[in-house]
Amino acid sequence: MLRLVGQRLLLLIPLLLGLSVLLFAWVRALPGGPVTAMLGERYTPEAAAAIEAEMGLDQPLIVQYGKYLLRLLQGDLGTSLRSGRPVLEEFVNRFPATIELTVVALIFAIGIGIPLGYLAARRAGTVVDHTAVVVSLVGVTVPVFFLAFILKYFFAVELGWFPTSGRMSPTMEATHPTNFYVLDGILTAEWDAAWDALVHLILPGIALGTIPLAIIARMTRAAVSEVQNADYVRTARAKGIRPARLRTEHILRNAMLPVLTTIGLQVGLLLSGAVLTETVFAFSGIGSFLAEAVFNADYPVLQGFVLLIAVTYALVNLLVDVSYGLIDPRLRRQQ
Amino acid sequence: MRLGSLRRLGAPVALVAAGAVALSGCVASERGEEGSGGDGGKDTFVFAASAEPSTLDPAFATDGESFRVARQIFEGLVGVEPGTAEPAPLLAEDWDISDDGLEYTFHLVEGVTFHDGTDFDAEAVCANFDRWRDWTGLAAHENLSYYYKAVFGGTGEDSKYDSCEATDAATAVVTLNAPVPELIAALSLPSLSMQSPTALEEYGADDVQGTEDAPQLTEYGQAHPTGTGPYKFVEWASGESVTLEANEDYRDEILDVKRIIFTTIADGTARRQALEAGDIDGYDLVAPADVAALEEAGFTLHNRPAFNILYLGMNQAAEPLDDPLVRQAITHAIDKEGLAQSTLPEGTEIATQFIPSTVMGYSEDVATYDYDPELAMDLLEQAGAEDLEIEFNYPTEVSRPYMPDPAAIFEAISADLEEVGITVTATPEPWSPTYIDTIQGGENHGLHLLGWTGDYNDTYNFIGTFFGSKSLEWGFDDAEVFEAIDDARNAPLEEQEAAYQHANEVLMDFLPGVPIASPVPTLVVASDVVDYPISPVQDEVYHTITFE
Repeated sequence: MLRLVGQRLLLLIPLLLGLSVLLFAWVRALPGGPVTAMLGERYTPEAAAAIEAEMGLDQPLIVQYGKYLLRLLQGDLGTSLRSGRPVLEEFVNRFPATIELTVVALIFAIGIGIPLGYLAARRAGTVVDHTAVVVSLVGVTVPVFFLAFILKYFFAVELGWFPTSGRMSPTMEATHPTNFYVLDGILTAEWDAAWDALVHLILPGIALGTIPLAIIARMTRAAVSEVQNADYVRTARAKGIRPARLRTEHILRNAMLPVLTTIGLQVGLLLSGAVLTETVFAFSGIGSFLAEAVFNADYPVLQGFVLLIAVTYALVNLLVDVSYGLIDPRLRRQQ
Repeated sequence: MRLGSLRRLGAPVALVAAGAVALSGCVASERGEEGSGGDGGKDTFVFAASAEPSTLDPAFATDGESFRVARQIFEGLVGVEPGTAEPAPLLAEDWDISDDGLEYTFHLVEGVTFHDGTDFDAEAVCANFDRWRDWTGLAAHENLSYYYKAVFGGTGEDSKYDSCEATDAATAVVTLNAPVPELIAALSLPSLSMQSPTALEEYGADDVQGTEDAPQLTEYGQAHPTGTGPYKFVEWASGESVTLEANEDYRDEILDVKRIIFTTIADGTARRQALEAGDIDGYDLVAPADVAALEEAGFTLHNRPAFNILYLGMNQAAEPLDDPLVRQAITHAIDKEGLAQSTLPEGTEIATQFIPSTVMGYSEDVATYDYDPELAMDLLEQAGAEDLEIEFNYPTEVSRPYMPDPAAIFEAISADLEEVGITVTATPEPWSPTYIDTIQGGENHGLHLLGWTGDYNDTYNFIGTFFGSKSLEWGFDDAEVFEAIDDARNAPLEEQEAAYQHANEVLMDFLPGVPIASPVPTLVVASDVVDYPISPVQDEVYHTITFE
């Protein structure tokens, strides 16, 4: 097990190196540049040249890349052109927000997706099944930003059940030792703050979780359909095993492997979906910041954030692989 | 799962729950007891900004959102008359200017302290002037010290500021080595407001780090802005909000707003929805399309007196725009009234020259070119340009205060031009990041849409920016125009207005482009917010606001 983890971590190095080249080349291939975005109406060729020289943008690309890599190796991701704060600090400040949002979205997606898929498979061909198929189809096809916008319009603006934007009501005074607002509220016993933060997570969480929900439901349905017709299930049933035990021990557990892989992959989707969802809900996580960075041609943030997101994605997938062993004892023995 | 495995699952869940309960309260809560105000009345004003401030040190800021916050915390020697762009006393009660325009004697308001308890006096004034001049390295960089450099011509040796002397605690004498005619108006810029020398020193305000790459925020600029204004800095939660609280020692009364929260909502629609849902008390730059709906819903809309200009630029390096007859024809062809009615917000002022009428130097006697398609066609004929084909650049994916919907403005103008037989080739281009570069950094453009929002009440801030010298944007080199503007700038104070009027007249005779209109930016607040101090230069300080 440890060897597997070690190997996978070593694999990260060439992955990141390749990614750094790609990111560097891609960002510089974008039209215009940070200088024109920074100066706006105040642009003059002289001012632009001065800033470019200051930032080293007038040097040969290979030199720029070399310096970039050198700094990267020292753990220096640069400074945001827009905010003037170190990129790493911006990421660390905002990542908890996106994690909270992702967790809520995942709870929503898994909590509804797996039971829905399971029921659809067990009642194949019935109304329940058809409904589940339609729901998951709609879920996959509706664009995230559209759903976010509609949810916000009805439940926040029209009905006023939820706040329209942000991570917490502006007037709420709260202490933030960890920057996970819900957790902070619990740790400091500021229960109203924890509740307020939680309420702010619900609509964006649903918007973000809908596509993964649909995918998880479909995957569960397919996996359960397959497993419930397997020989060992028939044998178990013939042996007179209690239905409850059959469902959990024999069907669901065996069907979980592909579903788990899917969930791991969804985390990547959630991180990219966060860009749109966070923008609509003015939710200050890494997604909305990344979107702003695109508009401002904020190179260091684009490069740094995509790199850090890639690392996160790779680590999550590693976690998923490790957890296979927990679900499937056969894999544990092989290792 | 057997019952056993359920139990296995149950144990960690119970453990986590128990842990949460046990942990709760183990980190000390830092919040005060006052919460929502002692008497239960509303005392907090929540304003949605479109972006975070770039820094809390206004000396290093150039953007409106940074200034919006800075205006609450800081004051300059000079302010503006409420609701106008006219300079007015603020931290300086009065000032004398020597005849040669090189010596400014400021008589300061007495008994004022900075938020850190130190005195605001002549020494502090001199420390601020010295600070600006003495910037080196990154701090002296265009993109940080933009406004100081724009006003004083540069830092260090290049600065027109020479020295400052505190003749007594309440009198500061500022000496220049070359005149800065717009100095008094410019001192109302938030960038030139007075900051606590002690705090600047203590929190390394000028110690800007971050070589080659972007400059980093200083500790001062992140967490210790210290001024004399009605509000003190409390907290900047990065990405979320900036919180300020009333300065109890302020020399004027602070009415109902004891706490200000600037929350960041980047998306315009999201700002409107947050207001409709009651999450915020106001926001700026209302989309013209939303004005009617918001008004109907009972919100209070404020139009800022126009302090900007939208123009149709002409690149005279591109034939036949170098021909005055063609430029006149194009100007006569455009129905500015119709354009304003269909594409700009209500209250928009039609422009006759390159400054709005609120700016000193506005002339009633400039040549006007009324809407007259017949005349336009005659002029084109005279110029031998009947089958004129022309490139027209306009930006997309942007809304500026002077240009809420560039595509609609382009449509209106090009329809007018087609009407007189000009064939327009549309060249749309995204604003960010390339439009400005195409217009101001290259020769490859013909007609184009652009504009400017004024920084302070000074004609040079408008026409000097556009026509101060030969530029790629306009592509002409006309000594008479450049001289008229330069002469006005350097004219003695009492002759300046007439000189600028003259410069505007010369400009409109030459007709480098078409000044179109000054649209009024709209700000909206909740219906219980009374007396919002709307200002053309956005000098809006919230201590005069009351809640109904």
